[in-house]
Amino acid sequence: MTSYVTLSLWDLALTSLLVLIDAGLSAALRLGIHRSLLIAAVRMVVQLSIMGLVLTTLFALVSPLWTGLAALGMVLFAGREIAQRLERPFEGLWSFGIGTLCMMLASGLVTSFALLTAIRPDPWYDPRYAIPLLGMILGNCMTGIALGLDSLTGGAAARRAGIEARLMLGGTRFEALQPVMREALRRALLPIVNSMSATGVVSLPGMMTGQILGGVAPAEAVKYQILIMFLIAGGTGLGAVAAVLGGVYRLTDSRHRLRLDHLAPARR
Amino acid sequence: MLQVENLSVPGLAPVSFSLGTGECVAVRGPSGAGKTLLLRAIADLDPNSGSVRLDGVDRSAMPAPLWRRRVGYLPAEPGWWADRIGEHFSDWIAALALVERLGLSTEAGNWPVARASTGERARLALVRALMAAPHVLLLDEPTAALDAASVAAAEALLAECVKGGLSVLWVTHDAAQAGRVAKRSLLVEAGEVREARAA
Repeated sequence: MTSYVTLSLWDLALTSLLVLIDAGLSAALRLGIHRSLLIAAVRMVVQLSIMGLVLTTLFALVSPLWTGLAALGMVLFAGREIAQRLERPFEGLWSFGIGTLCMMLASGLVTSFALLTAIRPDPWYDPRYAIPLLGMILGNCMTGIALGLDSLTGGAAARRAGIEARLMLGGTRFEALQPVMREALRRALLPIVNSMSATGVVSLPGMMTGQILGGVAPAEAVKYQILIMFLIAGGTGLGAVAAVLGGVYRLTDSRHRLRLDHLAPARR
Repeated sequence: MLQVENLSVPGLAPVSFSLGTGECVAVRGPSGAGKTLLLRAIADLDPNSGSVRLDGVDRSAMPAPLWRRRVGYLPAEPGWWADRIGEHFSDWIAALALVERLGLSTEAGNWPVARASTGERARLALVRALMAAPHVLLLDEPTAALDAASVAAAEALLAECVKGGLSVLWVTHDAAQAGRVAKRSLLVEAGEVREARAA
């Protein structure tokens, strides 16, 4: 039944030689990254092995509770990642809060939408579909939201004079922050636009490649990939708009003042 | 009439004073004493406490954007948000009379913001603030970057506006200017504001 070549541990050990060669090059050329390279490689192996075990268990259980908890864990990790990527984060837990909430909203909605309409596994929350789907949407949504929020907070701080000039002339906070918001949303959505236009010409997406290696007919794999791209575009757009709007609310107050004091000092 | 009662922000002790309709009051004091904080607090640009009323109506009774259309604030370094000068005016053609009056080129509307000098930008920002037709105008050293002729033009224009009923709070380091434009002065020193006779 299996139409794909299974890999033995020996196969992995053999390919791991390539990383060792990298490390050797780094040592020979004194690049000083062989240590971090090896640590990263070991982390990758350990993390993926754990993920394999977790997925095996989840797939065997098919429990809405455990699937939901795994999804929540993924969202929280992604939220932490967003907070860490901001050059000018919000004070306190706001970066994490806004990022996590918007990702939960956007990726949750888009994933459920796909599960309930296009893919329709039985049961609909079947982790074999839900978790990988959420993972792919979440990864892209996270990048989009982080780029959008980073551009928003950085832009607001850099263009303070222009924003306040507009407020002083009687503009609302949305009018005053409009150029910054527009720039933030453009930056959030650019990666997905670029990846859609390059897909299939420059790059073969990982998921599609994986399906093809797993024995799926290319035409079927392509259909899945197109579906995923649409979901990613939808999730990223929704998440970025929500996050940037939430960010604007946090950067201002009800008296339409620019509140840069709600930002933590710049990292460095 | 603008009535300020116990207005306070961090760095500025509670202030009370009033500014009559068609009156210009000079605000003086050393750099860093809190003059800008005072103007920003009146314009409600920073979190503050106390009450500020215009013709008997408290600012909390209206949305902040409406308040700032009535009580305009021109900072010492005016901000610009678009690429070209003209985009900062809702009606550049209507502004031309004032633009010429202050000795600026009528072509300035097509200029990129970076092309205007500091002095030109200061005058353009004054025109922009006046075009919004405020009842009160808070000016933070509006002529600091101007040459003598431009200072005279700006003072003459503002004097006309004041005669027409505009109330002005005018921050200046120049004692002679304070004497020319205002009969009353507020002194801001070390975060405290008190009334003083114009020099």
